[in-house]
Amino acid sequence: MGNFGKMKSITIKRPLKLDCGKEISNFPLAYETYGNLNEKKDNAILIFHALTGDQFASGINPVTNKEGWWNYAVGPGKAFDTDKFFVICANVIGGCMGSYGPGTIDPLTNKPIGTNFPVITINDMVNAQYNLLDHFKIEKLFAVAGGSMGGMQVLQFVSNFPNKAKVALPIACTASHSAQNIAFNELGRQAIMSDINWKDGLYDGQTNNPDKGLAVARMAAHITYLSKKGLQEKFGRNLQERSDLKFGFDADFQIESYLRYQGSVFVDRFDANSYLYITRAMDYFDLTKQYGGNLSKAFKESKTKFFIISFTSDWLYPTSENKDIVIALNAIGADVGFVEIKTDKGHDSFLLDVPDFLSTIKNYLNTIYFK
Amino acid sequence: MKEEFKVISQLVEENSRVLDVGCGDGILMEYLSKNKVVDVRGLEISKEKVKKCLSNGLAVVEGNAEHDLKQFPDLSFDYVILSQTLQAFMSPEKVIKDLLRVGKKVIVTIPNFGHWKVRVDLLFKGEMPITKNLPYEWYNTPNLHMCTIQDFYNFCNNKGINIFKTISLNGQKTSKITSSNLKFKNLISELGIFLLEK
Repeated sequence: MGNFGKMKSITIKRPLKLDCGKEISNFPLAYETYGNLNEKKDNAILIFHALTGDQFASGINPVTNKEGWWNYAVGPGKAFDTDKFFVICANVIGGCMGSYGPGTIDPLTNKPIGTNFPVITINDMVNAQYNLLDHFKIEKLFAVAGGSMGGMQVLQFVSNFPNKAKVALPIACTASHSAQNIAFNELGRQAIMSDINWKDGLYDGQTNNPDKGLAVARMAAHITYLSKKGLQEKFGRNLQERSDLKFGFDADFQIESYLRYQGSVFVDRFDANSYLYITRAMDYFDLTKQYGGNLSKAFKESKTKFFIISFTSDWLYPTSENKDIVIALNAIGADVGFVEIKTDKGHDSFLLDVPDFLSTIKNYLNTIYFK
Repeated sequence: MKEEFKVISQLVEENSRVLDVGCGDGILMEYLSKNKVVDVRGLEISKEKVKKCLSNGLAVVEGNAEHDLKQFPDLSFDYVILSQTLQAFMSPEKVIKDLLRVGKKVIVTIPNFGHWKVRVDLLFKGEMPITKNLPYEWYNTPNLHMCTIQDFYNFCNNKGINIFKTISLNGQKTSKITSSNLKFKNLISELGIFLLEK
């Protein structure tokens, strides 16, 4: 990692009381913006990133030199049209792209905070990012949007700040992390924690990082982002640069090679401790429980228009869980739209070029904004 | 704009909450929100049509009325509208019951299988009728439970459902249906429009 100099950030001075009971203050929140805030300041969209995302939603990420994670959706003329809207995206606290996280250097020890970082929640992430509204002097956002963990932040945002967004787009998410979700996250954490370089989370962040563990965590998670059909069609049983099986444990199959590659590039841009903290935050997310078992109560004070989207082949955050949010909203007569987009691309669909998905969002936002 | 939608819109009072079940492309929803209603929602089974509605900024939820009406609380809408869809359900009786639970008033429109052209087709041709409102062949029709205006009228009476108004639509012409002209209107109407209450 490097090139941190190109990052924008604010220092949040006001103390933030975390769900774990600890308080943090004077901490950095890194962000990026796209497009221009208009004079009325009514065209701002706050986008929340998913587990391994960051503030660089669009264009080229200056740290990785790769395309931003939501480059298909955010940009001029795209679904979140930066010719019309002012898009803000921040790195969540607990992350590793400039915001306060376990990789932040503790000035007392000159070492990364590591596992001395407090356990954070989706609620904490959202409360930290709310400071961006003050920073830009935005009274009310036009929209909040995000997929996966970003969608959870959308739900939390509306329940914490009922009338601070006109439109909310939670995509491919859930109001309550399921046992299966927790199980996969635990698998990833165990992979990291069993890496000899993890050292109870107190590795120095320079050399000998728990890269192997983090790579395995990424490989396992990556499988959950794709559908069986998608994998079969893309890789099948195709062999990797060989005409026959080699009777060994090298990557004989293309799918093996692909996963290994995904794991190896991931460790270059992500911190293993951040992976632990952020997956923990997702596991702790249960908005239904926060409101005494009645999800409707989370949105009762809000006039926000909801547009919820799920994907047919997403088995990680399936349509049924997205629909539970729709049902909770309908139960209180909220303004809600919902569609399940047909695609073979699995949970990852929200990050990919799925034309139906992108065009519906684009038209929806434009119609609501200009109506 | 379909004549049917104009008639429906006349039945809806201003500033009310409306649920359009089987809202299709959302044409009636848009007409209602422009001309009458502040708050209109839709339920639609076809993904393509839901996407079209959402693209137009309408609050439409993808779903099947036979399973998804249950998520709406009792009497949560002033009007629930079901336009020419009743015949496509597996159990129309259950759907009607649910509509009357969710809406204070319910507007149902019925493509009339008792229309004279339908009767003539069956009588003289001996084939299942194909008309403007019923354009399908018997083997590909989504219409599982066809009925006549008279059938539906009787159904409401038998089930203790209050009929506030029944309107006949024939081409562009509308007229009132009463118990005394029911047999005749059942012969000449292409569409029956019912305003109901539990």
